Amino acid sequence: MAGKNNHHNNGSENHHESEVHITPLSTYLKVAVALFVLTFLTVTAHIYESHYVTMAPFIAFGIAAIKAFLVMAWFMHLKYEEPSNRLIFSMGFLFLAVLFAFCVIDIFTRVPQGTIL
Amino acid sequence: MINGVEVASHFRDVNHQYASNKEGIWLFMVTEILMFGGLFVGYIINHTIYPEVFAEGASYLDWHMGFVNTLVLIFSSLTMALGIYFNQISKPKWATWSLAITVLCGAIFMVIKYFEYTHKFHLGIFPGRMINPERMAEEGHPMQHANLGLYFGFYYCMTGLHGLHVLIGMGLITWVMIRNIRGEFSPKYYTPIEGIGIFWHIVDLIWIFLFPLLYLVG
Repeated sequence: MAGKNNHHNNGSENHHESEVHITPLSTYLKVAVALFVLTFLTVTAHIYESHYVTMAPFIAFGIAAIKAFLVMAWFMHLKYEEPSNRLIFSMGFLFLAVLFAFCVIDIFTRVPQGTIL
Repeated sequence: MINGVEVASHFRDVNHQYASNKEGIWLFMVTEILMFGGLFVGYIINHTIYPEVFAEGASYLDWHMGFVNTLVLIFSSLTMALGIYFNQISKPKWATWSLAITVLCGAIFMVIKYFEYTHKFHLGIFPGRMINPERMAEEGHPMQHANLGLYFGFYYCMTGLHGLHVLIGMGLITWVMIRNIRGEFSPKYYTPIEGIGIFWHIVDLIWIFLFPLLYLVG
């Protein structure tokens, strides 16, 4: 990058445009089609869920996780985002996982007693 | 002014300003994840403790409505991304149309939400202790569990907070759309559209998880 730009006499005048990745239109359309297909898939799985009741939440949230990945990577441009910003955003999910883990541990390790409700 | 872009005095150059703006947006997104995340964890805890109450509550939701709203929001996310893309390739008019379609999709989402909410209000379904068992019995849907209001407390908080984000997002997109019509953006400078785009995508992201949580799994 430095070698490519050294014909500029002032480094500060290099605009971020030169570093920004422009996602092609076809990629956006492919991602959108994938999101639509996954939405139809999750609804189809829901219609037939009586055949696999215990698996249903895992299938629904599994598909949601794939959709979330597509949105974050391409629509939110995280695939081409600064590593520091990717770290910042992932911290949100990390601390959410901490909150979730401690709540699960709390609820499933309680000794049954007379309820206060 | 550097390269035709307004640079605030506390920034070294355009790159510095752009990087700071983006970092700020991502920090804001972390607070969004944690705010909705808290509600998700609360929902899952109470769902685990009172599965029958949540099953009864979920039976009042029509997944067709949530399904259509999911498609509308995904489409709006695409047009939002195109609003940035068309500015990057110097087609501001196309960008304006993309942003206009995004706002329209947000409005369609809110209209469907309005019909869902008013139908529940008609049946006497309100959050928490405001739920109206007499009204529900009159409408032919007698309440099975005394704490059904708990489920609808979560339902109205989560979808209401999300709906508020959609409304705020529509306002912000309209604002950048007007600025775009005025010719304030170019391939060199479109940071506000990009920041608001990230906000709009997180609204879509939250709905991607709310839809199976409320409408499919229940």
